[in-house]
Amino acid sequence: MDDGRPIFLQIAEQLESQIIDGSMREETQVPSINDLAAFHRINPATALKGINLLVDAGILYKRRGIGMFVAEGARQRLVAARTEAFQDQYVRPLVAQANALGITPEQLSRMIGKEAGQ
Amino acid sequence: MTAVIEVSGLTRHYGKVKAVQDVSFQVEEGSICGLLGRNGAGKTTVMRLITGQAFASAGNIRVFGENPVENAEVLARTCFVRESQIYPDSFRGKHVLRAAAHLFPNWDADYAARLVDEFRVPLDRRMKKMSRGQRSAVGVIVGLASRAELTLLDEPYAGLDAVARQLFYDHLLADYSENPRTIILSTHLIDEASKLLNHVLVVDGGELLIDAEAEDLRGTAVTLVGGHSAVEQFAAGRETLGWDSVGGISSVTLTGLSDADKAAALAAGLELAPVSLQQLIVSRTRGTIQPEEATS
Repeated sequence: MDDGRPIFLQIAEQLESQIIDGSMREETQVPSINDLAAFHRINPATALKGINLLVDAGILYKRRGIGMFVAEGARQRLVAARTEAFQDQYVRPLVAQANALGITPEQLSRMIGKEAGQ
Repeated sequence: MTAVIEVSGLTRHYGKVKAVQDVSFQVEEGSICGLLGRNGAGKTTVMRLITGQAFASAGNIRVFGENPVENAEVLARTCFVRESQIYPDSFRGKHVLRAAAHLFPNWDADYAARLVDEFRVPLDRRMKKMSRGQRSAVGVIVGLASRAELTLLDEPYAGLDAVARQLFYDHLLADYSENPRTIILSTHLIDEASKLLNHVLVVDGGELLIDAEAEDLRGTAVTLVGGHSAVEQFAAGRETLGWDSVGGISSVTLTGLSDADKAAALAAGLELAPVSLQQLIVSRTRGTIQPEEATS
């Protein structure tokens, strides 16, 4: 956890990443608020806030008396949202930096191909 | 949410010293509230006023909706662990725990015994012969095992080693999860404790400087680093918390930047670094350094 950003956001992002990489599958139970709080050594109210963010987004849902579960289709929706953010977060700065260095789009595309092992 | 503590216009003067000056705040039921500030800022005085151990010069205090002063009903639901608690000369560790068992209606003796084991407290030793850390551990055990609805811990871990402090954080969280209650914690180790807090009160020179949710404070401040003119241009007209420069490079700490502001700063070639709660509070309580002073 990095103290410079709201912790509930980091909790939500971490759970999202686990859903995306498949370590938390759809229709399986996610850790309880108290487990999350104890593991990250954070206030339970903060953990709850992170979980609620995902509940509001329909990524998690509550089964009464049992706990929180990953919703069906959650992974697909998260991947779509992250792909959109990828453009702003990575592609735009990458292109800006390439421009500053005088790297053409063709050169850049070849460099990406090489990195991807093509 | 109901407020366990409501304080308004609270003032306490000792002669000419204004220990607490016109302070107003509320503490919600079930929160872990950090009372932070520099030495002599007035943290302990605020806690003593809340627990009826000092009398207010002016203002109002309500604890569980009542005035706490000489109010047995309120004080029985309250546990106040002081940093430099003075015990009777003959008191040994076990006497402190025995007294606590009489004083606190929710006292859990089994839990206290487990904590004594984990913190390795020599119960047969006289309190005044214990090391500072061992005395602090006794205070922490009383604070946790009393399970008081309102628990105030004033610098509970002076002299505790890193292992014992971690033990304290873990127990505080685990026991708070099982037995929710309201906790007010004053500490200098802000980085260590900040993740436990959901509310933060910062006092400075007897006045209340910050009263905010911990999560709202986190991420509000950003330090920008870059060429001197670029930094100065970006910071012009904004509220700055700190300013530093070496050679042609400057860094400035700002609050209240929007995402668009941050993108603009990046586009201007500035580097952005997050500011932790501790750094934020340090810069807020030592006074702002003006750019003029830094550049001369």
